Amino acid sequence: MVAAVRESRDAVALQEAAFRPMHAPGRWFWPLFLVLGALVALAAVGYGYQLLSGLWVAGYNDTAFYGIYEANLVAFIGVSYGGALVSAVLRLTNARWRAPVTRMAEGMALVSLLVGAAFAIIHLGRPERIWLLIVSPQAASPIVWDAIAITTYLVATLIFLYLPLIPDMAFARDRLGPSANRLQRVFYRLAAAGWQGTPAQRRSLNWSVGAMAVLIIPLAITVHSVLAWAFSMTSRPGWHSTIFGPYFVIGALYSGVALVIVVVAAFRKAYRLEPYIGLGHFVSLARIMAVLGAVYLYFTFSELLTAAYTASHEEASIVAVLLEGSWAPLFWTFMVGGIFVPLALSLAPATRKVRYLVLAGLLAVVGMWLKRMLITLPPATAPLIGDVWGTVQLTWVAIALTLGATAAIPLGLMILFRFVPILALHEMEEVDAEGAPESAHDRAVAVEGVL
Amino acid sequence: MTVPPDRVDLVELPQAEDPARRMSRRQALLALAAAGSALAAGPLLAPLVQVHGESDPADPTHAGETPLPPRRWAMVIDLRRCDGCKKCTEACQAKHYLPPEQEWIKVYTVRDRTGVEVNIPRLCMHCEDAPCVRVCPVTATFVDRDGLVLVDQDKCIGCRLCMAACPYEARYFNWTEPKVKPPLPTKATPEYPSPQQRGTVGKCVLCVHNIKYGELPYCLEACTMDAIYVGDLDADVATNGTETVRLSTFLSENNAIRLKEELNTKPRVWYIPGHGEDLGW
Ligand code: SF4
Ligand code: SF4
Repeated sequence: MVAAVRESRDAVALQEAAFRPMHAPGRWFWPLFLVLGALVALAAVGYGYQLLSGLWVAGYNDTAFYGIYEANLVAFIGVSYGGALVSAVLRLTNARWRAPVTRMAEGMALVSLLVGAAFAIIHLGRPERIWLLIVSPQAASPIVWDAIAITTYLVATLIFLYLPLIPDMAFARDRLGPSANRLQRVFYRLAAAGWQGTPAQRRSLNWSVGAMAVLIIPLAITVHSVLAWAFSMTSRPGWHSTIFGPYFVIGALYSGVALVIVVVAAFRKAYRLEPYIGLGHFVSLARIMAVLGAVYLYFTFSELLTAAYTASHEEASIVAVLLEGSWAPLFWTFMVGGIFVPLALSLAPATRKVRYLVLAGLLAVVGMWLKRMLITLPPATAPLIGDVWGTVQLTWVAIALTLGATAAIPLGLMILFRFVPILALHEMEEVDAEGAPESAHDRAVAVEGVL
Repeated sequence: MTVPPDRVDLVELPQAEDPARRMSRRQALLALAAAGSALAAGPLLAPLVQVHGESDPADPTHAGETPLPPRRWAMVIDLRRCDGCKKCTEACQAKHYLPPEQEWIKVYTVRDRTGVEVNIPRLCMHCEDAPCVRVCPVTATFVDRDGLVLVDQDKCIGCRLCMAACPYEARYFNWTEPKVKPPLPTKATPEYPSPQQRGTVGKCVLCVHNIKYGELPYCLEACTMDAIYVGDLDADVATNGTETVRLSTFLSENNAIRLKEELNTKPRVWYIPGHGEDLGW
């Protein structure tokens, strides 16, 4: 009897927490919203200027025809991929601790994918002709593969976010207060898609979520491999490499899990979700991240060694500029700050604290962005005839667009969680019902995390 | 003019004895075609000569002509003669109204592995298996009937993947509105892409707008060293405006090479080394 009362009190608290961003976002919400919105607006101004004047305002020239936009494209789509995969893999392996973080991971996957895909358009010289990709595509072009892969993956990400959301939307539909307006009622009624929680509905939902989790893995791998192939299908030294597909995939996963850690930590703090997300979650995520980081390190080493060893003049010159030439400071910053330090912070017992793990995630995210610049720029500026390297400029337009895109991720998530619950309510309840022991353990870890 | 015994590659031109013929170099390809006829490729080339014999040179549209015969255009650059003066670049830029940073023919002065300094004019190789054509997502880069690689700037979306794919750095992008424009408003075509369009790629068109009609490429016309030859692989002749050669013999006698042969792009541009330079960089 007493236990039942406590259970229901827990359930009410959980419901309140899941919907907290909707009804009580906190005093920080609007100021932060304005700051992030201003950054996005600045990016829009920059892009408008670029449309009027041409791509040179983003620092491009013939000796550096690819640069920061292409790096952003890979980086933002990469983190999206990580978000989707974390939640898919954790679902498939039935990791129970996943339940409170899947919603945020999936939301992050969607928002960052939209931002990443925007760069596919931003980097074009003639964005208004993008429809030609549909009416006269050339099947042999990696860019056409890219366009197909990214749009398919976008649809899949939307479905993957939406399916587990249905019961939660039904929950919202049934609890709308008297103050709710017509629009809200219609929105939640449509979004709930007639969910009543019948056993048949539950079964088919579980099946669909499982199927999507299976489907999204090859899809996500495809997207990032194809993105890598756009580079490696050229004969440029530094790009023309057989490991580029898997190399990009692992890099995407590594940075994606890292960003999940950062996003979860930020929203946990902002919306006081500590009772549901504890140190245990961060430790588990950080371990996954560390494994991926180690694999990425291995790929990096193997790529550089193969390129340098046979001393083909062109390949070796790329390795040389990375290890000891003009790009060396950035490369070693990445190696230390983007790989070794995050790995150490994630694995060392002494740093098993939320703030260190978040720092590790943050370093990995920024480090991997830097790595994408290092993947893009040296080969794009390398001389194919003669020995004069191209020059790169960093302009305010490129910086504004990059900052704006970065700001768009938290902004998009803040908006998203104004409409959908931040915690996967239904999933958490189901997982709780499935196995009490682990949830008790989770709670214990959670308490530890708060302390 | 009789062919010197040590120049088996030279072709005797029917009307090539006038030393002042450099004045009429624009006629050279006509002569080339005529030489071709004399050389057994005859029927193939005859229509070109006829067409230009009959058509009104003042009619720039070439309307009402019989279709031109198919060609396999090629170019040969004699590195023994190139002194790196860049007159070719200047002429190309002036006549195609290009900004200084777009060097459709660019003279690289490189030191090879043996330490010899060599000038290499690089233009678009008009690769038979062109990577740039393969990667273009919207078929804006295409191969014309005669094997020339051209860009339709009305179609190009500006993705620049072709720049990444070209192994010869032959492609340029219009990062800004073209500052130089033709004095008269002209309609740009893939064959004569002037003025260039902002946000699209441009590159050497091998002056197809000239050679098709029996005139010479601008770079060739401007070359004071007679280092540049243009010709037709099928008719097996090429000319530098001064002398006309049997292309296959000229290439094999002089150990002509193509750049980055190992990539199997099958360039239509050959180079004749001659200073003993090692071009396998
Ligand atoms: S040289 Fe470059 S631009 Fe020209 S056809 Fe070959 S790949 Fe294309
Ligand atoms: S830049 Fe233009 S020509 Fe080049 S691949 Fe893209 S669309 Fe084709």
